[in-house]
Amino acid sequence: MKQFNETILEVKNLQTHFFTDEGTSKAVDGISFTLNKGETLGIVGESGSGKSITSLSLLRLIPSPPGKIAGGSILFKGEDLLAKTEKQMRSIRGNEISMIFQEPMTSLNPVYSAGEQIAEAIRLHQKLGKKEAWAKAVDMLRLVGIPSPEKRAKQEPHELSGGMRQRVMIAMALACHPEVLIADEPTTALDVTIQAQILELIKTLQKDFGTAVILITHDLGVVYETCDRVAVMYAGKMVEYTLAKEIFTNPKHPYTIGLLNSLPRLDLDQEELTTIPGTVPSPYDMPKGCSFAPRCAHAKPICEQAVPDLESVGPDTEVSCWMYTPQWDKEYEAEEKVGVQ
Amino acid sequence: MFVFIVRRILQTIPVLLGVSLVVFLIMQMVPGDPATLLAGEGATKETIAMIRHQLGLDRPILYQYVDYVIHAVQGDFGQSLRSSRPVLDEIMVRLPITLELALASIFITVVLGMVAGIISATRQYSAADISIMIVALLGISLPSFWLGLMLIYFFSVNLQWFPVSGWGTISHMILPAITLGAGGAAIVARMTRSSMLEVVRQDYIRTAKAKGLKEHVIIYKHGLKNALIPVITVVGLQFGALLGGTVLTESVFAINGLGRLIVDAIRTRDLPMVQGGVLIASVIFVFMNLAVDILYRYFNKRIDLN
Amino acid sequence: MKPEVVIKNPGLKLNKKKSTKLQNWKAFYKKFKRNKLALVGGYIVLFYILLAIFAPLVSPHDPYEIDLVNKLQTPTMEHWMGTDDKGRDILSRLLYGTRLSLTVGFVSVFFGAFIGILLGLTAGYYGKWIDTIIMRIVDVLLAFPGILLALAIISALGPSLINVMVAVGVFSIPMFARIVRGSTLSVRKLEYIDAVRALGATDFTIIVKHIFPNILSPVIVQATLRLATAILSAAGLSFLGLGAQPPSPEWGAMLSSGRDYLFSAPHIALFPGIAISTLVLGFNIFGDGLRDALDPRMKK
Repeated sequence: MKQFNETILEVKNLQTHFFTDEGTSKAVDGISFTLNKGETLGIVGESGSGKSITSLSLLRLIPSPPGKIAGGSILFKGEDLLAKTEKQMRSIRGNEISMIFQEPMTSLNPVYSAGEQIAEAIRLHQKLGKKEAWAKAVDMLRLVGIPSPEKRAKQEPHELSGGMRQRVMIAMALACHPEVLIADEPTTALDVTIQAQILELIKTLQKDFGTAVILITHDLGVVYETCDRVAVMYAGKMVEYTLAKEIFTNPKHPYTIGLLNSLPRLDLDQEELTTIPGTVPSPYDMPKGCSFAPRCAHAKPICEQAVPDLESVGPDTEVSCWMYTPQWDKEYEAEEKVGVQ
Repeated sequence: MFVFIVRRILQTIPVLLGVSLVVFLIMQMVPGDPATLLAGEGATKETIAMIRHQLGLDRPILYQYVDYVIHAVQGDFGQSLRSSRPVLDEIMVRLPITLELALASIFITVVLGMVAGIISATRQYSAADISIMIVALLGISLPSFWLGLMLIYFFSVNLQWFPVSGWGTISHMILPAITLGAGGAAIVARMTRSSMLEVVRQDYIRTAKAKGLKEHVIIYKHGLKNALIPVITVVGLQFGALLGGTVLTESVFAINGLGRLIVDAIRTRDLPMVQGGVLIASVIFVFMNLAVDILYRYFNKRIDLN
Repeated sequence: MKPEVVIKNPGLKLNKKKSTKLQNWKAFYKKFKRNKLALVGGYIVLFYILLAIFAPLVSPHDPYEIDLVNKLQTPTMEHWMGTDDKGRDILSRLLYGTRLSLTVGFVSVFFGAFIGILLGLTAGYYGKWIDTIIMRIVDVLLAFPGILLALAIISALGPSLINVMVAVGVFSIPMFARIVRGSTLSVRKLEYIDAVRALGATDFTIIVKHIFPNILSPVIVQATLRLATAILSAAGLSFLGLGAQPPSPEWGAMLSSGRDYLFSAPHIALFPGIAISTLVLGFNIFGDGLRDALDPRMKK
């Protein structure tokens, strides 16, 4: 395993809430993680688990109103991004931290050429002239593997394929050599064959540039191939935070286990895939206790009464589940007694 | 694109034929016989029959229509019953005035409407936005002829800044252009606002933000160009409403344009003149729509193909 | 077995149950009530309708009574809005004029909507060449700039308020036809229409029972907004002397007679204009509110 020592990004107890007519939705409710230089962190969860909101919160791109970062801190190179002015944030966005999105089809502006959209970021952050910025944009396009980049740079997004557009997005995001790249489901909208190419590209460029990557995904296969660490999110909370290899060999949280069991495995002779029963609770109507309790096969009364903390259960593993706490045994005994009576 | 233009031009032919047919049929609905009318009181049956024959009114109606179209294509819309001069000649004298008025008004519609819409959208729910939207609501609700009268009262009668009526100089143009353009400006402002608000929710705006661009660069460089594409169509449609509206505005400001010519012709039952005037105004509008469609297609191709 | 390594997503947003008709109306009412401006529009329209109904009761004077001694009076306690060039009480004339404007508006829109719906339903439901022909006709009607079509019709039929209704009605047909056709097409594509047909329902039953209810809300919205346009157009035609004739207290005609006294007695032109604008404003904001409440997709 690679050695990571220098922390680049540290998120502590991040809270992002949405205030709507239907009530307050805690889309992100107490997320904490650390990202080291050159490392890849996967954030995994179903749609609506808050993983995309987490990624947008890091760059303070939450649409406001109705969204608002209600608490916590985001320490980037030791400085809290939440304390920065909008102007300071602008010099970070696309420069030190950049982002690529799920929908390459709609994430590029239809009325400007690919080259122009890349050069725009270069001109802005590197104070280069029009010609130099354009030349650099063409270089970036070549770097992300677009054939005849001089020609492609002049084309508008509608003349490019989906995979090509995502390459343009990556070129744009990496044009200023950011220290952190946030990739929000970068391959979801693409064909399976293109998915692998794009992931490979991100991995290669990450090595070349020494960029730390936060990869948001709902696809555990992607995590397995690319990530060093992984955070599993459920209903706005982090339920498990561990090393990527651990999660496949030694998953802790019942939700994580459920996710893994719903994967098709080649090494086992499975009759059918297991699914997790039930649905994610409505963000406006969260259970009082553990938000996974209603769907959890192991749930005990305590699970419905209080939210478990995220606690260390091993050298690199944190999990938020009553099963791994001393209270669990007490619960068990209590249940036994009830059973005896 | 070329194929599209050719196809679109070919499509206007049946529309133009239809328009001429409608105008022709409407005139057939006129009670009374134009020949009797033309012959004047006390004319003998023979004279009326002769005039009927001269006008071709004794032939089958389809034949008359074909005849009408053939003449119209050659610029022959018949003679005015009142002045006995060719209809086209009279129209050509008036048309430039109306086109000037229409252009001045469309300028007001576009510039005022877009600027107001942009201000509104960029400051959603601010005092400026709310005031603009209230004024725009009033703008689509005020009768233009009344607005014209009130403008005359305040600016021409009381303040004496502008002439009360007539045409010729820039100062003659201002009040009529505002009168005629205000309604369209209100519609364009509402459309621009909603289009801008729609655009700022798009993914590429988020990309622009993630790039670290300034708010005004995001709005004016990345938002506006996209937001104005649907506004083109509205402006095109407004041109039609505006062309029709010249009838009222020219009447209020006593401008001797095509609109007033048509109204006067209706009053004096000068049917060939009404026919010719309405037809020519419609043809202009059809071609205007053609231009707008091509323009829209040109700007919208990138979005359509997505 | 699925080859993809993907988490099955039950999703957060799919919690809404299928809504019944009743729930639809409740949701509509709730949304509409929240829109304060639209409520104001509704009240304005209601206020005018009541004025029109009770015009004889609330009018202080006979709208046709000529009193040349007191002509061109500015507003007084006796004549709240002054008198016109023949000494008639402007307020009373406006109140009676409300009846005319509302009648012209409702009759012409009803007429236009009726024919437009018929055309739109036929075109959308039967499709093919019927659709092509009807929509070409609609295109032709739309090719006339603004009120020029209405003007041409009046030139043939002669100036009168009845003919204004016909002309403005015809002017409204294409809008309704287009909207109804669009909605019909989208409903017709739904699978249950095929299912109903397979059960042996006739075209007539399908159109009346299944398609018509679905096109109702866009039609109501369009009709409300169209009322505003119709009232404006009718007033404009009367203003040009092509609609209601003197001594009718039609608002546009009153404005027209007021223009001759713009220098000496501007109030004659002022009040009818305010009356028209307020009523039209009422219909416009009421229609906007209905549209937002009934169908947010139509927000363009």
